[in-house]
This record gives sequence, structure tokens and C-alpha cells, in this order.
Amino acid sequence: MPVTIAKERWTSKVGELVLGTEPNTVKIGGESTLPFLHFEGEMPNRPQVALEVWDMEPAGWPEILTAPYAGVLNDPVAWAKKCVEYGADLVCLTMISAHPDNKNTSPAECAKTAKAVADAVDVPLIILGCGVEEKDAQVLEAVAEALAGKNCLLGCATPENYKTITAACMVHGHNIIASSPLDINLEKQLNILITEMNLSADRIVIDPSVGALGYGIEYAYSIMERTRIGALTGDKMMAMPVICLVGQEVWKTKEAKSSAEEAPEWGEQAKRAILWEVITSATFAQAGGSLFVMRHPDSLKQFRVHIDKMMESNAY
Amino acid sequence: MILIGERINGMFKDIREAILNKDPEPVRYWAKRQYENCASYLDVNTGPTVEAKDQPAVMEWLVKIAQEAAPLPCCIDSTNPEAIEAGLAAHKGKAMINSTSADQWKMDIYMPMAAKYSAALIGLAMNEKGVPKSAADRAALAMEIVVNADANGIPMEDLYIDPLVLPCNVAQEHGPEALEALRQIKMLADPSPRTTMGLSNISQRCNNRHLLNRTFLIMSMACGLDSAIADVEDQELLDAVAAANIMLNKDIYCDSFLKTFRQR
Repeated sequence: MPVTIAKERWTSKVGELVLGTEPNTVKIGGESTLPFLHFEGEMPNRPQVALEVWDMEPAGWPEILTAPYAGVLNDPVAWAKKCVEYGADLVCLTMISAHPDNKNTSPAECAKTAKAVADAVDVPLIILGCGVEEKDAQVLEAVAEALAGKNCLLGCATPENYKTITAACMVHGHNIIASSPLDINLEKQLNILITEMNLSADRIVIDPSVGALGYGIEYAYSIMERTRIGALTGDKMMAMPVICLVGQEVWKTKEAKSSAEEAPEWGEQAKRAILWEVITSATFAQAGGSLFVMRHPDSLKQFRVHIDKMMESNAY
Repeated sequence: MILIGERINGMFKDIREAILNKDPEPVRYWAKRQYENCASYLDVNTGPTVEAKDQPAVMEWLVKIAQEAAPLPCCIDSTNPEAIEAGLAAHKGKAMINSTSADQWKMDIYMPMAAKYSAALIGLAMNEKGVPKSAADRAALAMEIVVNADANGIPMEDLYIDPLVLPCNVAQEHGPEALEALRQIKMLADPSPRTTMGLSNISQRCNNRHLLNRTFLIMSMACGLDSAIADVEDQELLDAVAAANIMLNKDIYCDSFLKTFRQR
């Protein structure tokens, strides 16, 4: 008796989003199937990986993470170039110094840094604020203007600050990250609010606020799955590519930060920390992530090998 | 919920006169308006005043005008097979045939027609003996329709079985039977056939028709109703469907759920 291959007939797909300017653009989204099910739909763009750059020297990063960036950690331009050398598809510049508890850097100063980084590398940029909603609105507004026309991805917009950031994205030709705290209802509602300001749905990227392996990964996993199924079954307010800010979560975990002396039962730190980042990312790739922000170049390398393999067609 | 707008029907005075005067405006108006009100199909029916010999030409005319005015498929509604075939021939995209009953001679006409035009087909769970009294008898007739559809190569997602709804003032005991029939019909095959109903029948000659219509629609959705021929002008009905879609976890909740339901 022959076996019939069961193929779901999805009626819709994830919107495709282009970042950066020609000839150095990166495309994400566009999937008309569940992740890597090449036999029942299209996955036109592989998941893309950004490495993170801070606008000030990070304190508290484990040595294993700072080592590959030795000498460039207090120079965002040199750091960004290093990321490109390591093979990042995009650079994610995080304006961590703008945080009132850090240097409380002014929006104008942030804009200057963003401009310098943008001029130094030719890959598309993701610019993140410091996480303080009010401050981020000011910072991202200034950055959007300084990088006008560069088609960057700015975030993270929340229900508190989306208006300013959306308006800045519209005026200066950028895309927006809509962030929700592991809540699919708020995720959908924020997308609606942003599109109601007339920013087109294909310029929004969803940030579900992923957790790291062992720290609530399954909550984000199921939300991302539901988001993808919504997109494939015609829910236009769920049909945006998803960004996973993996690095920032992974490198907070004790499994990534503890040395072998501190935690002998967990084995060698180098292996464990990199794997923590790779496995968190690989998990979210299975849940439908399109854009991954990582920190360690070795993680990027290993994740890329995995993705290359997963992108090989399994069509029957 | 697949809503089939009921309004382009010669039983309504303005459509009857439009057909009489060959005036396309009222048909266009209702096509557009029902499109804006979330209809996924436009029911088109010549009405009882058009003579049988004229029905094919009138149906062809209605289908063409409706499809020019709104980007929707039609649900071609007639008891005259020639009128249905004329409508199908003039139709662009995937039409729906309204309807066959479980009578073998009717299924032998409409099933091959649905297959030939790749149209969806409404099957009424009744036969020449009339509307069955019980849910079990409705399900038995539905099974005959399912078997015939399968034999004609009509996929289950193109088959819409109507458990038959009767006015709740004169045939009150049919309400719960129709609901139970819906549950049973959804279990007749895997994938299951779809279900539909002529919703407005539930409230014929009753008071508070809108309330009765939407209450029964929501109860039916909970029993597995996939589609209804309904008055999409009724905004409270649309609101209730949007809410039911949320509570059945068919749409993802968000605060603007009434608005997102209306967006295409």
C-alpha cells in the first residue's frame, strides 16, 4: 500500500521584509509553511543572524564572551566591523549607555554613534534602545533621523512608546520591532495599533520577548508557533517575521556565566555557554524565528551550520 | 465562519424589480455592500417570479453583475439545474452550488456538476419525504450525501451540509435536533464535511428576528457550524460571530477583535 504524504494546504503566509539598502539588503520572512517543512510550502529566506554591539564597554560579561572582541569593546565602530568579520548578516547596535543608570547618554550622542557605525559597515543595522521606554522613544527618534533612508530595524516599541517610534520609522524609512511581554494578545494588539498609524504591516517585526533555554523557553516557543499558525491561516496581524533577542537572555544564565571551577558538575564552560546560545536559537528556529540576535561568534558559526542543513530541501 | 450574503435574491422587492427592468444597480449595490460587511460568498437567486425558461439567462446576468461589483465568488441558488449550470458557466473562480438534497436523482445531477466546475456544493439533509424530525435522521441523510460526494471526487472541504433550520415559532422542536445534527455531521468523515445553514429561516415570522438569528448562529458555531447564509447587514450578528470566533479559539484574541474580524 503506497504512503500518501500529508501536506497541509495553508492559505496565507508571513510577510516578507527587506532590511538595509541595495546592494547589501537582507530579507526575512515570506514563509508559506511551518519552519523547514519545505515539502508543503516555501521558505524563501533562511533565518538571519545579527551579532550584538554595545555603545559602551560591557561590565559583567563573562571572559569567554569578551575574549573574541578583545580590543574593540570600547569602540562600537571597530566592534561592529569585527562582527561583520565574524560573518554576521546584520549588526545589532544596542544603546545600552542611554540607560539612566548607565551614562544616560543623550539622544543626539546616540544618533552620532549610530551614524558612525552605519558608515563603517555595509550590513543592515538593528538599533535597540536601553529598555527604558520613555528614553528609548527619544533615542530612537534621533537615531531614525540620523540614519534616514538606511532602512534599519528600530526597537523595541511597546504600547507605551510605539507612537513616537512608529512616526520616526515612517518619516525616515525604517522598520519597527513591536515588543510584547510573552503575551500573544498584546502582541497582536500592538501590531494593530502600529498599522493604525499607517505604517505598513510588512515593516513590522514581532519581538515576543523570548527566554533562554531553561528560563522559560517553552512560553516563547508556543507563542511563536501560534503566531506562525495564525499567519499561515490568514491572520494578517500575526503575519510578521519574528526576531529573537537570544544573546541578551542566554548570557544572563548561570549556565553560560559560571566557570568550570564554580560549577564543576556542568563541565567545561566554553562548550556549555556556546551550546546554550546555539540550542536556544535552534529551538526558536523550529518555532518560526526569522531574525536572531546573538553575542558569541562561535555560537553564530555553529547555528549557521545547523541552519544551512535545515534549509536543504526535504521536498518529496 | 464563512458568511454567505443572502441579499441578492429575487424574493426581495428591489432585486425583483432590478431583474424585471434589467437594472444592474441594485445588484451592484448589494454585492459591494455585502462584501464590505464580511461576506465571503454572495448568494444569487432569481426569485420565484422569474419563469423557469428565463432563469438560466437571469442567473447568468446576476452572477456577472455581482462579480463585476465585488471580488467575491457566488453561491448559485436555484432549484433549476439549468439555471445553476448557466450561473456556473458565467462564474469566475470557485463557485458554490445551492443546493442538492439527499434524493438520488438530484445528487446525480448536482454532484457531477460540482465536480465538472470544481464548485463547492451545499447538500440539504432532507429528501422528498421532507425535513427529518430527528438529528439521527438528518445525519443519516447527510451520510448519503457524503458517500455520493466521495464517489464523485468532491473533497470534503467543498461539501457544505445543511442540517435544515425551521422557524422556531412553528417548529420549535427542530432547533435542538439541528444542533445535534451539526455535531454528528462533523463526525461523518475525516477530514469532516463542512456545514452551513440558511440562518434567517430560524426566525421567519417571529418577533426580534435579529436576536433569534444571532443566538442560534452562535449556538450552532459551538456545535461545529462552518458557514451560514445570513443577513450580513446585521452588525450585531457580525459582532457576535467575531466574539464566538475568539471563544472557539479560531481567531487570536486582541482588544480590537471586532475590528480585525471586519478586516480582509
